[in-house]
Amino acid sequence: MAEKQTLATWYDEKYGKMPNASLFEQLGGTAAVDAAVDIFYRKVLGDDRINRFFEGVDMEKQAAKQKAFLTMAFGGPHNYTGQDMRKGHAHLVKQGLNDGHFDAVVENLGATLKELGVAGNLIGQVAAIAESTRNDVLGR
Amino acid sequence: MTNIHYDNKRYELAENQSVLDCLNGHGVPVPYSCRVGVCQTCLMCAKSGTPPAAAQAGLKDSLKLSGHFLACVCQPTEDLDVALPDDALLSAHAIVHNLELLSHDIMRVELECLSSFDYRAGQFINLVRDSSHVRSYSIASVPRLDKYIHLHVRRLPHGRVSGWIHEALSIGQQAEIRGPAGDCIYVPGKPEQALLLIGTGSGLAPLYGILRDALDQGHQGPVRLFHGSRDLHGLYLMEELRELESRFPNFTYHPCLSGSEVPDGFTAGRVHEAALREIPELKGWRIFLCGHPEMVKMTRKKAFLAGASLQAIHADAFNVSHA
Repeated sequence: MAEKQTLATWYDEKYGKMPNASLFEQLGGTAAVDAAVDIFYRKVLGDDRINRFFEGVDMEKQAAKQKAFLTMAFGGPHNYTGQDMRKGHAHLVKQGLNDGHFDAVVENLGATLKELGVAGNLIGQVAAIAESTRNDVLGR
Repeated sequence: MTNIHYDNKRYELAENQSVLDCLNGHGVPVPYSCRVGVCQTCLMCAKSGTPPAAAQAGLKDSLKLSGHFLACVCQPTEDLDVALPDDALLSAHAIVHNLELLSHDIMRVELECLSSFDYRAGQFINLVRDSSHVRSYSIASVPRLDKYIHLHVRRLPHGRVSGWIHEALSIGQQAEIRGPAGDCIYVPGKPEQALLLIGTGSGLAPLYGILRDALDQGHQGPVRLFHGSRDLHGLYLMEELRELESRFPNFTYHPCLSGSEVPDGFTAGRVHEAALREIPELKGWRIFLCGHPEMVKMTRKKAFLAGASLQAIHADAFNVSHA
């Protein structure tokens, strides 16, 4: 018990007191995902480092997938496993998907949130969730 | 107790069970991915019954209006008769009321349906020549304005159904139709929104329906139709469209020609390029794209990059069948 309290105190001191609302709630929930998806997808399609991976895909299906990704990265409800991430990106890894491409996506995600006026510490948390999928996405 | 009807079978929904879990649990292979109502992989269509609002959250308005819903988050309190989107078609018999050439290779087919057949302008039906020759045609009529279902059938080289329609079909003949399907429709609301309609060839059919539907429902914002063809005899209904232009000050008609001969009053160039040159900033616009599949695909992307929301882009790509 005492040890737990110490840990909590250490965490609060290091990161500031955690508000009660979840990350997803703080970001604005589903409405935030809806607002972000067009901006994010437009940035991705306009980014010459990565847009070749999106050539010829069905844009509506792709946007729905991006919504699912954003929901997850925003800390919202999802049922994706690491295995799903591997399967979903395997064909892209074959086409040369690498860390640089992954970084570009995370960068676009951050820029999207910044454009929507999201606070820096929340953007950091979203980036950390996205980061946690890196090895699965890249099939390592 | 709520029942789910699928493919003429009845499945009882357990407490707190989703339509997806119920059907998958009984071996019906409904595809799915995220299972939280986001990715739209499990999209289904209610043929009767009203899906709960929560199962339609995030869907395009036109999909909501046509009864689509997400099975993974659908826990209805009333019975639903459901189908996968491609199988949600009704079969009906119709009589050919009239046949009229609109251009050298486009025939207007007017069909009188023998049973009630609810549709919206811009949706499509499948016309059955025989069990192995079925083709999709988009609907140019508006139920409120037109007594019959209007199709614009372009005669394709070696077209097994279009050739039959142009040569063999006769007035008074009976034909089977299936449908309607598709969500490239005008959804009432946002009457001030600007509408951009771009079509090639007989892609004018759904646009002609959508356009008259919107104007008849009192749409106030600008409505701009760009219809393109290579040369002059590929354009049709020009008089009717000019007439609409004079009746509705918010409507403008832009006939475009991509060939070398471009008379006065026509825009030179490919129709989607002309439209995007004329309107480079599409933020807030509602867009309809119909006709050539490559044109539709390319323009969807360009319109999105020009600021249009993906949810506001409606498309009907005319893929040619070789069966």
